[in-house]
Amino acid sequence: MAYQHYILVCGGTGCESNKADAIYRALQRETETHDLTHTVQVVKTGCFGFCAQGPIVKILPEESFYVEVTPEDAAELISEHIVKGRPVKRLLYKEEQSKEHARVDDISFYQKQFRVVLRNCGFIDPEEISEYISREGYVALERVLFDLSPQDVIAELKTSGLRGRGGAGFPTWMKWNFTREQTSNQKYVVCNADEGDPGAYMDRSILEGDPHSVLEAMAVCGRTIGANKGFIYIRAEYPLAIGRLERAIAQATEFGLLGKDILGSGFDFEIEIRLGAGAFVCGEETALLASIEGERGMPRPRPPFPSVKGLWGEPTVINNVETLANIPVILTRGGEWFAKIGTEKSKGTKVFALTGKIANSGLVEVPMGTPLRDIIFNIGGGIPDGKAFKAVQTGGPSGGVITAEHLDTPIDYEHLQELGSIMGSGGMIVMDESDCMIDVTKFYLEFTVEESCGKCAPCRVGGRKLHNILTKISKGQGTQEDIETMRQIGTSMQRASLCGLGQTAPNPILSTLRYFKAEYDAHIEQGVCPAGKCKELVHFSIITDKCIGCGLCARRCPVLCISGERRQPHEIDQSKCIKCGECFTACKFDAVLRA
Amino acid sequence: MAKMSLDDLRAMRDQKRRELEMRDADNKTVQIIVGMGTSGIAAGAKNTLSAFLAELEQHGLTNVSLRQTGSLGLDHAEPTVEVRMADMPTVIYGKVTPKVAGEIVRSHIMNKTLVDEHVFDRPAADILERKEQ
Repeated sequence: MAYQHYILVCGGTGCESNKADAIYRALQRETETHDLTHTVQVVKTGCFGFCAQGPIVKILPEESFYVEVTPEDAAELISEHIVKGRPVKRLLYKEEQSKEHARVDDISFYQKQFRVVLRNCGFIDPEEISEYISREGYVALERVLFDLSPQDVIAELKTSGLRGRGGAGFPTWMKWNFTREQTSNQKYVVCNADEGDPGAYMDRSILEGDPHSVLEAMAVCGRTIGANKGFIYIRAEYPLAIGRLERAIAQATEFGLLGKDILGSGFDFEIEIRLGAGAFVCGEETALLASIEGERGMPRPRPPFPSVKGLWGEPTVINNVETLANIPVILTRGGEWFAKIGTEKSKGTKVFALTGKIANSGLVEVPMGTPLRDIIFNIGGGIPDGKAFKAVQTGGPSGGVITAEHLDTPIDYEHLQELGSIMGSGGMIVMDESDCMIDVTKFYLEFTVEESCGKCAPCRVGGRKLHNILTKISKGQGTQEDIETMRQIGTSMQRASLCGLGQTAPNPILSTLRYFKAEYDAHIEQGVCPAGKCKELVHFSIITDKCIGCGLCARRCPVLCISGERRQPHEIDQSKCIKCGECFTACKFDAVLRA
Repeated sequence: MAKMSLDDLRAMRDQKRRELEMRDADNKTVQIIVGMGTSGIAAGAKNTLSAFLAELEQHGLTNVSLRQTGSLGLDHAEPTVEVRMADMPTVIYGKVTPKVAGEIVRSHIMNKTLVDEHVFDRPAADILERKEQ
């Protein structure tokens, strides 16, 4: 026998610390008093991602969403909502009227997320084309083939205000229009699926969850600019995405939605997949084109831009996966609908991959202009283990950090740039107080040095120099002159490097110098790493007075360098210690000293 | 399937949509939808899927369709599973290990009782569905 009501009590960390458990027990008690145990089930759930207004209680099947509930409210919820069938209005979530940037007229909902790009991810079977078709799939292609002229499509995109989601944020309609205006017998559409930023995987998820939206957008682009051939450049590390794409292309071709004479319109379009070997530089458009052509993946100077001379010297549109996934929606809903989402200059939504020190890691899609605080502390559920938020890194190795004082900045292209970071592809790595900014910056520089193609000197030599200096600082051997040198090298790289990789490689350094200069100073002046991450500067020892000899640290030590009798103070063998900090986190008596 | 004309495509869109709606309205079948993106699979979604198959077979449940979808984005709660059936609210379950999969079949599907501590929320409203209304 089914229950008539299901009461869901949020059991996320935030709500839990706000007496969610007491609410849960109170609700259960109330159901028992009212003899409702056979008609109502009370369950505890995972985090609802709405922590700022927690504790949350949701009642199904009515979908009533109660916020800021206290244990004292339990009786009223049961007697009013369940017994009398009247929602408790004072606790119901009320739409926030102030957030105009996040509002779309016909949609009112309590979720912070708004899914345009990810509309089908998690809904449809990506290996079954009919499921995509049933959810407005290929409607945009229909319209473009039979109702809209290429100029109409460009106009619609212009109205929508869509900008490239791959990093720089170039207006998509301009890119398409430049290519459309070129006269040539052969043009190409290229999808850039070479997602390489550490911690970014939005493109992979789109291709795995909704491959047809990208195929449809490419065909729409082909029709608009006059191309009949498309390439998807994807890294071989994404086997599942590749498999789903191959299947999707085969199905679309079988159904006549790709290939010759699509839907009897006379328009031909075919798509081929090209696998990359995973070089980061191949995400740069000219290097990507070289790689498709079978050349070594290295950038070339622009202009000429790919819209004029692209693949095999022919006019080419290159769009990122997420940009393309927006196109079918824009053409079915209209550019005006799309332009209502987001801020004045940044329209639509953005998908972020939330990773690092965050409770609810995962993919989130929010309207442009959503404050960082909402993303991290609401949807993301905040920082685990009660640690303090330190910074969030956006834009991967090309980006920078955003600190606690800027948490309320609306996230869009302009604001991020003002803060010295970039949108990038949308990776967001959250860091807490235990992360050292010099260590993090060194990681990114290691990455860009490794991935530099070596063609131009500013990037090849500059990157290596910067990395060397950072290593020196992390060992406590840096000087204040080093900081000046890094600034100089960084600025030269920004101005003189051939492509985006070199131009943006110093960003993590320049950004951390701007916000965390004190941390650099601590390393240089005092030879101290405040977060205790830089191994050369940290030293672990056991405070004899405090150690009770429980032996926990000795059991946790991965190199077995802690010894001692039971119930006697232990000792760390410094010659074997790898400074991993396991003993420090393990000790319940603060008996391990980190200095 | 041969190549489609415009009419074929439109007919298919309507038919498939009706089919899906009917499946919901009819309420005869139970749908278990497992998130099979890279993060889901890495967290063990394939084992979860096999566990569902085994559990369904063991109880002789033939009216259940087991399907796959992409990632919902709830990476912290992978593997994720959606269960749709009659008389029960549609629910997203997270952290569905093979053991939890068994509980979902026995408790949610056979006993119509939610599995405690594993219910999650769909991260956003469906923009397509809202247009239909």
